[in-house]
Amino acid sequence: MGAGPPAQGGTEGARDGARPLLSVRGLGIRFKTAQGIWQATRRIDFDIAPGERVGIVGESGCGKTITGLSILRLLPGNFAGLDGKILFDGTDFASCSARQMRAIRGKRIAMIFQEPMSALDPVFTVGHQIAETLRVHTDVSYEEARAKTLEMLRRVGIASPERRIDDYPHQLSGGMRQRVMIAASLICGPQLLIADEPTTALDVTVQAQILELLRDISETSKTALMLITHDLGVVAETCTRMITMYAGEVIEDATVDEALVRPLHPYTSGLLRSLPHLSPRHGRLPSIPGRVPSIAEMPAGCRFRARCTHATKGCEAEQKLLDAGGGRRVRCWRFAELNLPGALHPPSAPAAAKVATQ
Amino acid sequence: MTAAAAEPHREPIVSVRDLQVRFQTSDRRATVKAVDGVNFDVRRGETFGIIGESGSGKTTIGRALVFLLNPSAGAILHDGIDPLALSRRAFQNHRRDYQIIFQDPNAALNPRMTILASVLEPLELARVGNSAERERQAREALERVGLPQEFGERYPHQLSGGQKQRVVIARALTLKPKLIVCDEVVAALDMSIRGDVLNLFADLQRDLGLTYVFITHDLAVVSHISERVAVMYLGQFVELGPTEEVAERPLHPYTIALLSAEPRPLPSSMRQDSRIVLQGEVPSPIDPPSGCRFRTRCPHAQPLCTDRVPEWRELKPDHWVACHFADRPNFSPNAQPETTP
Repeated sequence: MGAGPPAQGGTEGARDGARPLLSVRGLGIRFKTAQGIWQATRRIDFDIAPGERVGIVGESGCGKTITGLSILRLLPGNFAGLDGKILFDGTDFASCSARQMRAIRGKRIAMIFQEPMSALDPVFTVGHQIAETLRVHTDVSYEEARAKTLEMLRRVGIASPERRIDDYPHQLSGGMRQRVMIAASLICGPQLLIADEPTTALDVTVQAQILELLRDISETSKTALMLITHDLGVVAETCTRMITMYAGEVIEDATVDEALVRPLHPYTSGLLRSLPHLSPRHGRLPSIPGRVPSIAEMPAGCRFRARCTHATKGCEAEQKLLDAGGGRRVRCWRFAELNLPGALHPPSAPAAAKVATQ
Repeated sequence: MTAAAAEPHREPIVSVRDLQVRFQTSDRRATVKAVDGVNFDVRRGETFGIIGESGSGKTTIGRALVFLLNPSAGAILHDGIDPLALSRRAFQNHRRDYQIIFQDPNAALNPRMTILASVLEPLELARVGNSAERERQAREALERVGLPQEFGERYPHQLSGGQKQRVVIARALTLKPKLIVCDEVVAALDMSIRGDVLNLFADLQRDLGLTYVFITHDLAVVSHISERVAVMYLGQFVELGPTEEVAERPLHPYTIALLSAEPRPLPSSMRQDSRIVLQGEVPSPIDPPSGCRFRTRCPHAQPLCTDRVPEWRELKPDHWVACHFADRPNFSPNAQPETTP
């Protein structure tokens, strides 16, 4: 949408030059269940540069949420093991003590969730909850904390913050609660904000406000954003790079524009083509046959194979995340020979052109 | 697109006149006007879309259309008759023709009943034929929605979300309805499944001549599937017209803002240069703004908008709008005075 400078610049620079802020290598998470140990994610590799906005996309159960939580080591009780490294500014979270993690959470990395009401405590004022983060991590006085909270509430677009600071969560609307959550997450000036479906529970007009706020804050305060979502439109409007996950693995990593125009993985292409946005009105929607394999019965080799129209002999081999050139990576050995349709596939071109001319 | 679109003057399958639905708040001190004066017809064989944000009243309209809620005022006619004037028995027979499907198939299916038993239930309640005949019809309905025979013996937890929604559709089909109200029927489904289910709805419409009222917050879905679409805001329609017209030449500032707010999965070079970000949120339906209800968030609001309720008028053929200024040239999406750069 052109609000703000186009994305490409920052991404490329980050890839060639500066050290990434976050570097995830070979991350895998295992859980204990009644049926034994389940591998929820595996071989997750990606980097996030300082100030970069990266979308993690995929359908339910693909492991995107657990990947976000595992970076902060916020893992559920049936957690059975973590493989790989989570390097943040030189520190490996995989081997940090609980005490070290507590010092990092909320201060250097913050996280917001889909449902702000369940993240806010109903018996404390929103001002108290925002200032709490500050008081835990710094030794500011009460007055200073309050002043900073007011400033932060103003920063996230809450009108008359002097009145709102002493409100309780139930007195605020859904959009305002998410603004409060964003204020609380940003009050210590973190280098990375992990946002897990932050606008999924909001109406489309409020969603537009919150996405604009996230983009604006990331640009002005150079906070990197890891946006976890199932909505490719949200990623396109907010992020510069898009990491697609399927069945617990990263299957494609590219700039948003590259992934939308010329996806390299058949799953990314299939997802794009199945969106009603991009299909001719009243026509049939192309769909991906079958369903995601169950975590207990993951096939060997390519995990998308059974649903892939391009599957052939050779796909039963283990698929590596291959370098596709220009900083792109894809987990499909056939990527170079497949010429896959993206968002601008001919049938959708007139509709897309219309959007562009508006 | 369909027969209905070709001859718009046939008797509508549903006529809604000055519909109002009001609820008491739980402390009984205030009244929520969930639907406040809505007029429209649904034409036979068409898909009529209703879009709106949460609290706009779209679900309340859907429930009222099949008489799960009774109108507080106004009338809903099915095929020209008022179902509320029918005898109890006649009403029960009548409502088989008008079905409704909801968002969450988990809430619609009993976890302790097999799929076949769930699909059989409406046939049993309606005392259709003997048990062999009922089972034949139920299995036929399952086949029609693309579920293999053996699914009849399974339980809901053994099915995926998309498959469960197919079962719910099969169950609604057993009584051979004329119209189905579809309330956010694909909202809970994953992206790759959504297309399949939307395709199924289109196939069933073609094969069975069904009419749909498709209620959703998702603009992409509604504009894909509907012939006509109504845009709802705070209990009222603000715009109604052919989908292509509403999507490409919207007349109401709210529709324009809604279309502009929709995140589109397009590369940066093809997205809009400017977007209208509405300020604030939807006011309370307990105490809606005077005059035009959208005026508190409208970038074009004038004093007149506070004083007078805009008339519901047919500005272009078949394209209705409730806005004092909808015919002013500066209202086109190309000329927005207040946009973000």
